Amino acid sequence: MLSSVQFSARRAMRLNARFMSTTTEIPVREALNMAIDQAMEEDDAVYVMGEEVAQYQGAYKVTKGLYQKYGERRVIDTPITEMGFTGLAIGSAYKNLKPIVEFMTFNFSMQAIDQIVNSAAKQYYMSAGDIACPIVFRGANGIAAGVAAQHSQCFAAWYSSVPGLKVVAPYSSEDAKGLLAAAIKDPNPVVVLEQELLYGTPFPMTEEQMGKDFIIPIGQAKIEREGSDVTIVTFSRGVGLSLEAAEELAASGISAEVINLRTLRPLDRDTVLSSIQKTGRVITVEDGWPQCGVGAEIAAMCMEDDTTFDSLDAPVQRLCMADVPMPYAQNLEEAAVPTVRDIVESVSKIMVRQAAA
Amino acid sequence: MPLTTTLKVYDHDETPPGTWPVFRVMDEDGSLREPKVGQSYIDTHAPTLDKAHAIKMFRTMARLSQMDHIFLNAQRQGRISFYMSSQGEEAVHIGSSTALDLKDTIFAQYRETGVLMWRGFTMDQFADQCFSNKGDLGKGRQMPVHYGSRALNWHTISSPLTTQLPQAAGAAMAMKLKAKREGKDRSDGVAVCYFGDGAASEGDFHAAMNFAATLETPVIFFCRNNGFAISTPVKDQYRGDGIVSRAKGYGMYGIRVDGNDLFAVHAATAKAKEIALSENRPVLLETMSYRVGHHSTSDDSTRYRSTDEIKKWTEEDNPIDRFQRYCEGRGWLDDEMVAQIMDEERMKVLQALEKAEKKGPPDLSTLFDDIYKEKTPELVRQEEALLEHVAKYPEKYQGGGH
Repeated sequence: MLSSVQFSARRAMRLNARFMSTTTEIPVREALNMAIDQAMEEDDAVYVMGEEVAQYQGAYKVTKGLYQKYGERRVIDTPITEMGFTGLAIGSAYKNLKPIVEFMTFNFSMQAIDQIVNSAAKQYYMSAGDIACPIVFRGANGIAAGVAAQHSQCFAAWYSSVPGLKVVAPYSSEDAKGLLAAAIKDPNPVVVLEQELLYGTPFPMTEEQMGKDFIIPIGQAKIEREGSDVTIVTFSRGVGLSLEAAEELAASGISAEVINLRTLRPLDRDTVLSSIQKTGRVITVEDGWPQCGVGAEIAAMCMEDDTTFDSLDAPVQRLCMADVPMPYAQNLEEAAVPTVRDIVESVSKIMVRQAAA
Repeated sequence: MPLTTTLKVYDHDETPPGTWPVFRVMDEDGSLREPKVGQSYIDTHAPTLDKAHAIKMFRTMARLSQMDHIFLNAQRQGRISFYMSSQGEEAVHIGSSTALDLKDTIFAQYRETGVLMWRGFTMDQFADQCFSNKGDLGKGRQMPVHYGSRALNWHTISSPLTTQLPQAAGAAMAMKLKAKREGKDRSDGVAVCYFGDGAASEGDFHAAMNFAATLETPVIFFCRNNGFAISTPVKDQYRGDGIVSRAKGYGMYGIRVDGNDLFAVHAATAKAKEIALSENRPVLLETMSYRVGHHSTSDDSTRYRSTDEIKKWTEEDNPIDRFQRYCEGRGWLDDEMVAQIMDEERMKVLQALEKAEKKGPPDLSTLFDDIYKEKTPELVRQEEALLEHVAKYPEKYQGGGH
């Protein structure tokens, strides 16, 4: 089920590895663990809270070994109440602690949405800059495999629409480590949207990336692959799919530039728009729904910017999850989410449009 | 409900049989119940109670009452958009706030204006906030009565009900951990979280109680049971014995108090604070009172309760009158002094209101501040666009209030 994700990630890793010197293959979950561990070692105010994060070491083992190392004061198992532990953590952030709140998956963060949107995101503004809320909300987001409507959906559009929140969505181990480290250090509330299907995927990491000083600045996108004919804007799982699609497209003579957004709020407009101005075509790839999605935002950016609008040679294309709650049956599930094939076909279509003109 | 003059905060394994009694020291006529016992509570828990202190408390309640009256009228006249009064609950505010200090962190619901007033929020600060003018500490960002003050250790009000309960538990946890790190066995202060009987129906209530108890945090959950959640009377809100009886289930301490008895509220709050600090455990405190005023200026409470009922509470069990009678009995106040205090406070409120009305709105350039610690590129872009536009058409942007 959806295993092509992992194949594509491994392939991307192999491609990248050719150009790197001393690298180690680290799965995404270990990279996340490394970021938390290093932050806890450095700052006593940092603590982890969530369901099953301590003794069980995390439902996805992201917090493995932390309870043993830091004890129950800093790795806290909670009763099953998202609104409760989210509110509790926010209150402690008002009092200068730095909580990392794990949602087993972001699906369950809906139970705590009032605390996140109405308190964490707004406290600094509503208190006129008196009381900050340095907090990290992290966990698995987006589609998963075989878990249906209530466990398999993307909340990127929800959270990235809220002023006061920062939102990051790592793809690789480097992203995971660098973005989570930046999130913990950030004085604002940061939502870290991880991807369950990538937790076990190894990516090469350099010594520097594994070191304690490594961060990826929030607000900067990464050009994963340079190209000249079309820009593919994506994040999280979509990056792997897009890199694989770009490989296929290259074989048929189409040069695709792949942008890994990394941060969804604040969006790196400059990187995205200058790439589109260069290529004249853009397609967005995400696992969220189409209406008011991240792709819709990118499309709006293209419409609102004169230079980008003038440089477009074809309409913006969006590849999203189908506009349905995620079904369970495997064939239905596969039909509902973007695939490498979808990307290749969509790109080919807008290239043809230009040929016809 | 049975009354008791025994100040007892019950632990979860020793709760009273039947209905929880209401702790009361002073009757409606201002006389002390069991005078000896009553006096000893005052001596023990309000040792500073002398004429000056008593008059300061009375004056604060008078100011609160005058401010409510005048600001409500200002809302009716369209000068401010919204207001919430505290009528009938003044003793809850002053009784509890006099037992706390600035090291205690307050998470209020919204109807605790007197607590903030006692802590030192000035008349100008109240008026500036309600008019959201240039002088507003909150920079014009919150609705009227959503006060906030870091200096007074008072968290800005959160409109969604009960949000503040788990946060108070979390703040208390942080305060306890800070004390531990500093090698102290008790924190400098407690977190005090005020909420109404209606708020106790939200899911956050359960989460907060459970957490505070299991994590052993120094927090007082202070329930103002005033009989109504907007229009919903308590008989439609719960079927058990009020809110305090839930302490047993959560493994917490609890005490029920007559909210119109300033002395009882003070003594119970002081006792709750001592327990929370010395044992690092939460206390659930329920004050029984009556919301004489409407829920807010968006409400007309005569649609769901009789004017006779409101009249009865206003005339027969008014917390300000009760305390006034006590002071009169001590020879500290008489009719003339009361009239003078009321008059002086009314003038202070009117002056603050007039001043606030003239101060003008907050500067447009503050619109994009404090969303993040640093402005994002997108915010800078939006700000530049706004200021450029306003500079182009200045006559269209002269300001104006709600």
